[in-house]
Amino acid sequence: MVKKIMTGNIAAAWGARLSRAEVIAAYPITPQTIIVEKLAQFVSDGELKAEYLHVESEHSAMAACIAASQTGARTFTATSSQGLVLMHELLHWASGARAPIVMANVNRALAPPWSVWVEHTDMMSQRDTGWIQFYAESNQEVLDTTIMCYKLCEDKDIQLPAMIGLDAFYLSHTSEIVDIPDQEKVDKFLPKFEPAYPLDVENPLSIGSLSMPHQWYPEFRYKIQEAMERVIPKLNKIEEEFYKEFGRKYTGPLELYNTEDAEVVLIISGAATGTVKETVDILRKKGIKVGVIRLRMFRPFPSDYLVKALSKISFIGVIDRSFSFGHEGAIYSEIKASLYGLNAPLIKNFIVGMGGRDITTDTITKIYENCFSCLKNNKIDIPVEWIDIKV
Amino acid sequence: MKRAGIPTEEFIYSGHTACPGCGALLVARYLLKVLGKNTIMNIPACCFAAIPGTFPDTCLGIPLLYNAFETTAATASGVEAALKIKGKKEKINVVGFAGDGGTADIGIQALSGAIERGHEIIYVCYDNEAYMNTGMQTSSLTPKGATTTTNPLGKKGGWRTRNKKNMMDIVAAHDIPYAATVNPSYPMDFVKKIEKAKNTKGTSYIHAYSVCPTGWRYQPELGLELGRLATETGLFPLYEFENGRYIINYKKKTKEVLEYYKLQGRFRHLSEDFIKEVQEYIDKEWQKLLVKEECSNR
Ligand SMILES: Cc1ncc(C[n+]2csc(CCOP(=O)(O)OP(=O)(O)O)c2C)c(N)n1
Ligand code: SF4
Ligand SMILES: [Mg+2]
Repeated sequence: MVKKIMTGNIAAAWGARLSRAEVIAAYPITPQTIIVEKLAQFVSDGELKAEYLHVESEHSAMAACIAASQTGARTFTATSSQGLVLMHELLHWASGARAPIVMANVNRALAPPWSVWVEHTDMMSQRDTGWIQFYAESNQEVLDTTIMCYKLCEDKDIQLPAMIGLDAFYLSHTSEIVDIPDQEKVDKFLPKFEPAYPLDVENPLSIGSLSMPHQWYPEFRYKIQEAMERVIPKLNKIEEEFYKEFGRKYTGPLELYNTEDAEVVLIISGAATGTVKETVDILRKKGIKVGVIRLRMFRPFPSDYLVKALSKISFIGVIDRSFSFGHEGAIYSEIKASLYGLNAPLIKNFIVGMGGRDITTDTITKIYENCFSCLKNNKIDIPVEWIDIKV
Repeated sequence: MKRAGIPTEEFIYSGHTACPGCGALLVARYLLKVLGKNTIMNIPACCFAAIPGTFPDTCLGIPLLYNAFETTAATASGVEAALKIKGKKEKINVVGFAGDGGTADIGIQALSGAIERGHEIIYVCYDNEAYMNTGMQTSSLTPKGATTTTNPLGKKGGWRTRNKKNMMDIVAAHDIPYAATVNPSYPMDFVKKIEKAKNTKGTSYIHAYSVCPTGWRYQPELGLELGRLATETGLFPLYEFENGRYIINYKKKTKEVLEYYKLQGRFRHLSEDFIKEVQEYIDKEWQKLLVKEECSNR
């Protein structure tokens, strides 16, 4: 084990390297570029034995990864924003093909207007593509989750792709101390990729052919959902094994921070969780009972876990760094749906930090204050409120 | 085993769903005869995606990987890269098998990328000159004068007014190691070229003439005759582009375009003047090809 100071981008590249990705197909986009540059460096230095494809678009990157995965190679790619949404058709294809691709996505806003700064709309808008979705809070988590994702995705019971979101600049370009696990230990933790149905000239199969309505299409779809339902239990086991091997504990789909006796809990995902935790510490010192839940995973959506975690909470504020136009924040929608029919507490949606606008402890303090005032009046003032908006 | 220079082994068995007289099937048949068992084929959305059968059936004796419409070359790149890292590429042919729409229109970016990267793949475009799977819409390889469902005849005459894109020149401009046109009406020439593609280090591109009785509107039994006419008129010249040199394989340009056009329903509306215009264009293109051959072999 070596400790190094590195950015989230470098951590993602290390995750792929330690996992011994065999085929990497990627296309550059700010702020992801350093991931693909670092991987190219690893390959050209002979530190990673992989085929590196300089594809001509993200669309082809994903197509090549799918095909390489179906041929039996462990594959990795990285993208962001416009690149991710360009892949959209093939994201559906990857899960339909049951290709356990692991992808780092640097969460960035979508144009126009151009913005290279953090927002989660890129990944949130891919929620129905059949990919497992993680949102990281730290660079260490980016590296560790990459390794764990291969083990999760390649499991015979899962066989689905996963994307790991890391916030533009806050993680992608910010340096932190990161433990780089020993290669031998990773090799022990992560077995070789053995696809269930690889392309094989000795056993010629026709993969992905037409299926009529009376044949097998619905069954293929149903099986994707069955696999999704196995993801969280499997993740819990993998995290336990990871803890035993590497000594770092992850807490499944949620991370709870001071929620036990909290009156008001905010729910958030991504790197801004750090700011919320800090605000919680400040407010707790003043005796104010606040907590935060970090959503590490958005697909599969951990409804049961949230319901349990929220059972004693009086007020929930959901922070979305993305928006579904004509409706509300995506996390907010999901949480309301999860609580439907239960004795639900008051719940309000805050749209914050779009296009990388800074989220400060002041922002979060104001949000907590607003929650308490709603709680006091037993009434939500504005159900979906955009924060720090100049118009 | 070979008979008259053509391997006797078959990799397309009974049970396919192509229309009677489908050229795509014939192209695939000759292709696989040469490439043999150790071949992986990538197929995008196109007529051929429906031909081998529905899941879990297949009438092909080799592994097939279906891919999204515009991704054939990128998919083949991925298969090739995976085989390489696994140390299996040496003995396996990776084939992308796409229609004219999947090649010259929506898939041209991926094709350009794959050739530029130099993947060891054989990319075959079976050119039936329109989007047939979706019901005969115009592609950029639909010939001048043809009607399609998106170039309907109409009261004002809505046939296609542009000439076909020259895919051979496009791939040649990539400095591709090997490219060739093939026509199932000339099976020995066809087989020889696939043999070359198989032995090419790097990407090879095969542009295959592929008759379509359903879309072109002619009697299915005329397919092979149409194929011969296509080459003898110079509409579909047989040539190669190998290591920077053009080589014309068949130089008997003896027939008039009219002979070819008059056999097909898609050209039935054309006036003799219009066909004369096409004839002039084809004659010029033929001259250009002769010059390309001459200059590149100097
Ligand atoms: C992204 C996308 N756009 C459109 C289609 C619909 N589509 C399927 S096959 C096809 C036409 C294929 O034409 P071509 O490549 O010439 O092959 P052919 O059917 O003529 O053999 C089209 C437009 C699709 N499957 N995917
Ligand atoms: S429509 Fe044309 S290309 Fe398609 S299967 Fe029928 S004959 Fe073949
Ligand atoms: Mg076509």
